[in-house]
Amino acid sequence: MTATQETPDTHNPVGYGSMRRKEDPRFIRGHGNYVDDIQLPGMLHGAILRSPLAHARIVSIDTSAAEAHPKVKAVITGATLETLNLAWMPTISYDTQAVLATDKVRFQGQEIAFVVAEDRYSARDALELIDVEYEELPAVVDAKKAMDPGAPVIRDDKEGQTTNHIFDWETGEKDKTDAIFATAEVVSAEDILYPRVHPAPLETCGAVASFDKITGKLTIWETTQAPHAHRTLIAMVAGLPEHKIQVISPDIGGGFGNKVGIYPGYVCAIVGSIVTGKPVKWMEDRSENLMSTSFARDYHMRGEIAATRDGKIQAIRVHVLADHGAFNGTAQPTNYPAGFFGVFTGSYDIESAYCKVTGVYTNKAPGGVAYACSFRITEAVYLVERMVDVLAYDLHMDPAELRMRNLLRPDQFPYTSKTGWVYDSGDYAKTLQVALDMAGYEELRAEQAARLQQNQQNQSQSEERSVAPLMGIGISFFTEAVGAGPRKHMDILGLGMADGAELRVHPTGKAVLRLSVQSQGQGHETTFAQIVAEELGIPPLDIEVVHGDTDQTPFGLGTYGSRSTPVSGAAAAIVARKVRDRARIVAAAMLEVSADDLEWEKGRWFVKGDPDQGKTITEIALAAHSSLELPEGVEGHLDATCVYNPPNLTYPYGAYICVVDVDPGTGKVTVRRFIAVDDCGVRINPMIVEGQVHGGLADGVGMALMEVIAFDDDGNCLGGSFMDYLLPTSLECPSWELGETVTPSPHHPIGAKGVGESATVGSPAAVVNAVLDAIKVRHADMPLTPAQTWRALQGRAFRTDMAIGD
Amino acid sequence: MRITVNVNGTDYTRDVEPRLLLIHFIRDELALTGSHWGCDTSNCGACTVWLDDTPIKSCTALAVMADGREVRTVEGLEQAELDPVQQGFMECHGLQCGFCTPGMMMTSRWLLDHNPDPSEREIREAISGQICRCTGYENIVRAVHWAAQHPATTEASA
Repeated sequence: MTATQETPDTHNPVGYGSMRRKEDPRFIRGHGNYVDDIQLPGMLHGAILRSPLAHARIVSIDTSAAEAHPKVKAVITGATLETLNLAWMPTISYDTQAVLATDKVRFQGQEIAFVVAEDRYSARDALELIDVEYEELPAVVDAKKAMDPGAPVIRDDKEGQTTNHIFDWETGEKDKTDAIFATAEVVSAEDILYPRVHPAPLETCGAVASFDKITGKLTIWETTQAPHAHRTLIAMVAGLPEHKIQVISPDIGGGFGNKVGIYPGYVCAIVGSIVTGKPVKWMEDRSENLMSTSFARDYHMRGEIAATRDGKIQAIRVHVLADHGAFNGTAQPTNYPAGFFGVFTGSYDIESAYCKVTGVYTNKAPGGVAYACSFRITEAVYLVERMVDVLAYDLHMDPAELRMRNLLRPDQFPYTSKTGWVYDSGDYAKTLQVALDMAGYEELRAEQAARLQQNQQNQSQSEERSVAPLMGIGISFFTEAVGAGPRKHMDILGLGMADGAELRVHPTGKAVLRLSVQSQGQGHETTFAQIVAEELGIPPLDIEVVHGDTDQTPFGLGTYGSRSTPVSGAAAAIVARKVRDRARIVAAAMLEVSADDLEWEKGRWFVKGDPDQGKTITEIALAAHSSLELPEGVEGHLDATCVYNPPNLTYPYGAYICVVDVDPGTGKVTVRRFIAVDDCGVRINPMIVEGQVHGGLADGVGMALMEVIAFDDDGNCLGGSFMDYLLPTSLECPSWELGETVTPSPHHPIGAKGVGESATVGSPAAVVNAVLDAIKVRHADMPLTPAQTWRALQGRAFRTDMAIGD
Repeated sequence: MRITVNVNGTDYTRDVEPRLLLIHFIRDELALTGSHWGCDTSNCGACTVWLDDTPIKSCTALAVMADGREVRTVEGLEQAELDPVQQGFMECHGLQCGFCTPGMMMTSRWLLDHNPDPSEREIREAISGQICRCTGYENIVRAVHWAAQHPATTEASA
């Protein structure tokens, strides 16, 4: 066999550093265990009938033919669920959502009936046998028309709801901001759309529900990023006692926020199992995933930026129209109806800011907070980084110079933003400079100027000569706020955003760490073992990380918003330190010295001044389980628990530079280079951090250039398959160039910040800024497909969220 | 219909509906769940297996089309030892959630069998019919490079 001659330490460092992932041996053999891989004896299969219409009254539903299908075991409709008080369920945003439609359908793809049959194919066959009579209603497709007088009221199920208005939310200081704008030397304004996109994890959503009538226990395997929150929600929704619910989230094939909410299919699988007495599997197909599960973004933003003539930014003002679809099902902390969009002041030292967000219903699928968005910071970063480039365009300034002039200085940290966010640490100018140096920014600008000049010469000499691609350079500097709580300010449906951890060191010195968060590919089994290894000196391969099973793990809110490392990473470090403290007492008893006389080095307590006198963690573990007499009040064994309530969010940041070539004849964009310098504080496993950044950068290229869930005038979803919803492949992605700076978080136990979403948040603006820099257009909305780019070049950019018109 | 399909060297005979997709035959009938069902439209490639000696998207092939033929799945990659492609994916962090990985590896193995020393461009083209949502493809490309540089040898050595 081929030899891999790396030293063993490379693969099993006792602490931080790149190491191969512990989870990989099963994945590379095809032995991952995803929800659709679960096969239970007697298991039945469910399928969902969905609405072909965006808005219609349901006149009747006839299921008799489906029920007569020889392989069908049950047909469940909204009427069935009404008898169980389950036709509607609460959303995470204090709204209600239909599980199966009873009165109306409110978006194309909405769930109407659930068939349970002996096999996958028969269940789908039976869907064809259900006859639904509709009375079609006009659809509200354009969020900008949702509040028009006379617009159809989508949520007439809600008492007192006479319009499509959901909420108004504001932040910052309006009067002060308005005053600055009134006297500013320069005001740049622009309408900016962050179109609806979809996280599209490669594994779709699904569940296997198994209800035991005798014990009353429900076991449900689910594609969820938040197993504990789901258990509590299922208890609330279905009225089942929480201790009789076990949520198992096995291997998850990508989540990106798509697997946070509770979907009707999960509830239907549970009901199906209760009704039939058999386990029921429901697995959606790709179209169902794209058309009905949590979308992302859909923010119509009006951005304004006030500045001096020499480029000092003074204030930012934003008005947002937020399209939330037919049910307000955004997943974010209770007090933040626009998520963390309040971070829209970005990385800049300004005097004042104000923002107002209005949320509206439309006849589209619910969702909004998903796709690695860090609770809407993606929209915030895109807005401010686009606006800074618009200002640079208006001032004829270099965008790098403009940013350098306005970035927060290191001495300003901790910095309280004009909307009240306390940025923990940063050295922004340094990070931007590293990126500019890596890119060779001056040389790139010189090349761009030379290219432009050459093209002009070519054009003047001969109109027949083809024009060389237009070259563009785009910059984005982002600041994120990740790792929700603190629980005092942040909860989801009343559940405070703190997470537990349990650590037990076995008698032989091996350990098990139990976590509330759930990996969807982030490599928790490796990273969290490394955190404990760093604190206790136990090799990561000797530490089992247990997650994704509510019967086996402590309570916590789960993995989204880049919160695993900021919250549970801290919990893992704290619980390990508790174990270390207990180990110190045990070691003191073993050595017959005072605990105060002991000093720690990684993996070992020893007597101060006498390093030979010491006990390793393995020796201590065995002694802790032995007959060794311990001081009064000290329990035996070597274990601890903790619940970590973060004192603040962590604020990772980064500087991204994108270089593109644009074919002016076709509008085709080629991403030539992408330089990403991230500062996420201390890196536990740099290999994994870089991998996460790579993935997010591809997301940025995708969103900037090709991904969009648009709708036609009738509310038909135009992105309902991977033939219509385009994702970047290996050919659209360049070889990423990564750099780093390290500014530890001062309040995190190990100085780490979350990084999972940084690149998705930061990169779209860099790509868009690069394309617009190439074609010298002030603004055009994403995605910059060849059609949109070409039209922007002609001065006729179109709305990307609707069917392409004239 | 009664079909016999040789999967990873073993003959399996089953009565199947003519409409049964090959991916569901492999996963549900044979319980080989390494190949994944991702999109139904041949776009994502999570279902990529070899039919005879060619990678195909098994979500858009019928099981009956494999009657009398050979199918190779990710479960058939490891012989006496891990295939270099499998090892490369581990060494280079070529996977995160693991869902696209089996399909990516099947295509990569085919590429290296036909082009033992591919350029970066050739690797990117080979896997361009498949989607990965986690890695941005960077480390998949590196993994295939790694495998090219560490070809399996006939003698067994650790």
